[in-house]
Amino acid sequence: MIEARGLTKRYGAKVAVDDLSFDVRPGIVTGFLGPNGSGKSTTMRLVMGLDAPDAGQVTVNGRLYRDLPWPLREVGALLEAKAIHPGRSARAHLTMLAQASSIPARRVDEVIELVGLSAVARQRAGKFSLGMGQRLGIAAALLGDPGVLLFDEPVNGLDPDGIRWIRNMLRSLAAEGRTVFVSSHLMSEMALTADYVVVIGKGRLIASTAVGDLTAGSSRRYVRVRSPQLAELRAALERDGASTDLGDDGVLSVHGLDEVAIGEIAAAIPVVLHELAPQSASLEEAFMDLTGDSVEYRGDPAMAGPTRGALR
Amino acid sequence: MSATADTHAPHWGELPAGRYGLGGLVASEWTKLRSVRSTVWTLALTAVLGVGLGAIAAATTAARWSQLSFVDKLTFDPTRTSLTGLLFAQLAVGILGVLVVSAEYGTGTIRATFSAAPRRPLVLVAKTAVYGAVVLVVGELVAFVAFFLGQALLKSAAPTAAIGDPGVARAVVGGGLYLFVLGLLALGIATLVRHTAGAISVFVAALLVLPIIVAALPSSIGNEVGRYLPANIGVVLLSVHPQANSFAPWTGLLVLAGYAVAALVAGGVLLVRRDA
Repeated sequence: MIEARGLTKRYGAKVAVDDLSFDVRPGIVTGFLGPNGSGKSTTMRLVMGLDAPDAGQVTVNGRLYRDLPWPLREVGALLEAKAIHPGRSARAHLTMLAQASSIPARRVDEVIELVGLSAVARQRAGKFSLGMGQRLGIAAALLGDPGVLLFDEPVNGLDPDGIRWIRNMLRSLAAEGRTVFVSSHLMSEMALTADYVVVIGKGRLIASTAVGDLTAGSSRRYVRVRSPQLAELRAALERDGASTDLGDDGVLSVHGLDEVAIGEIAAAIPVVLHELAPQSASLEEAFMDLTGDSVEYRGDPAMAGPTRGALR
Repeated sequence: MSATADTHAPHWGELPAGRYGLGGLVASEWTKLRSVRSTVWTLALTAVLGVGLGAIAAATTAARWSQLSFVDKLTFDPTRTSLTGLLFAQLAVGILGVLVVSAEYGTGTIRATFSAAPRRPLVLVAKTAVYGAVVLVVGELVAFVAFFLGQALLKSAAPTAAIGDPGVARAVVGGGLYLFVLGLLALGIATLVRHTAGAISVFVAALLVLPIIVAALPSSIGNEVGRYLPANIGVVLLSVHPQANSFAPWTGLLVLAGYAVAALVAGGVLLVRRDA
């Protein structure tokens, strides 16, 4: 269980995380979604006690990270790929983490086996590909057999096999009753993995909801209608409050009325319908709807320069 | 969740009693130090420079002894000559001290380290203990080997020192201690600076650049300030003959230890305050 309350983090004048509150519950995969630069990695560093919040707090299993008696046995994290000394072997990297947490040496071999790095465990990690680095990071996260797991963009740099492997692993870790918190900037990835999503943009909470509810609530939901008497039907629908778009292909997109209401209006006129098809937005579209206003345009000089000057 | 004392989710699996501590962190730091090549290289360089340059200085002196001036012969300090290499080995020792901390920041390993041990000063204590023990052993070994090898090379032509002569054991043991304390200073500087290149620059500047600046000062000021320089303290420690405008050998070592402790304590404070 991870509980964030009013979490705020500034770097200089920039607010990276802004009054963020959310819960990550055990037994499910919770996706952490937001565009690049929206504060996901910062939030994860705050959870891990690596950065200190300017306001608010975040607890793991009811405690601040720094107060955990056996941090690696309680929380495992993959924060960045290849955060390892290039001259050190995978085995030595995991061994030094195990020793710091009094984890028996045989567990090191277990996790190496688990992530499929046995053949290269004694080689210098500097030669590892990004995908091998990710696997090593996952081995480190699983080392203490923790009940809470954080993964920051775990599928980055992995091939399709690796992506499927991660997806299955996340789901089985959650099925065992663990708390699994996974960040991604790809909604499509989360649609396949997560049960619940926390969506942020510009460091602020946008939504915290079950994945199914996210698409149902989207403004992108509409109904496709085709009819030989389209003009007549369209006028009737707009009288009843719908907004409509007529495509070049002769398909009318109707927003604001569902397929039941449209069918009844058509029957009452009456007009013939050739198609009446409700369209739910894809998860990706729902995500774009939610975060459209909050995409960070990094490096925009109009944002940084004059603003700072005006404050003086 | 039922009416247990803890209203939050239970910990996964069983946790051992107590909490992580210094013992595990020392084992962890020992693994880190052993598992990278830079440790081998810098320690090998320490031995080669410390023993090798001392041997060259001794052999050269022996070969040229008959041509030396009366004053040179009168002021000749065979112990100091055999330990000359330590003043070069100090750079290799310092680089390893810097890398013990800065390599973790450079590679991102520091995040894994602090995730395993969020009480950061404890990590610094473990690093200091492990690196300090290694450098103390290597430093004393290098000093003693350099001394005995140097005396053996001098013996045919020039006066030599015996370890039992007044002040000689102090200079040899002091030479090893000098490397040890200077290494801890380098580790402390790296904890403050965090970047390899920056920390090595500060360390080298303290050793080699400050003496140049002090030498440019008027002698009335320079003589007063000069005794506080790490390099000056080193020369005094390695010499059996007393040096002008300097602290006594052990007083100098205490001053140097003061620098190291100050850097390590300041580093420890910043370690807690700064984001990793």
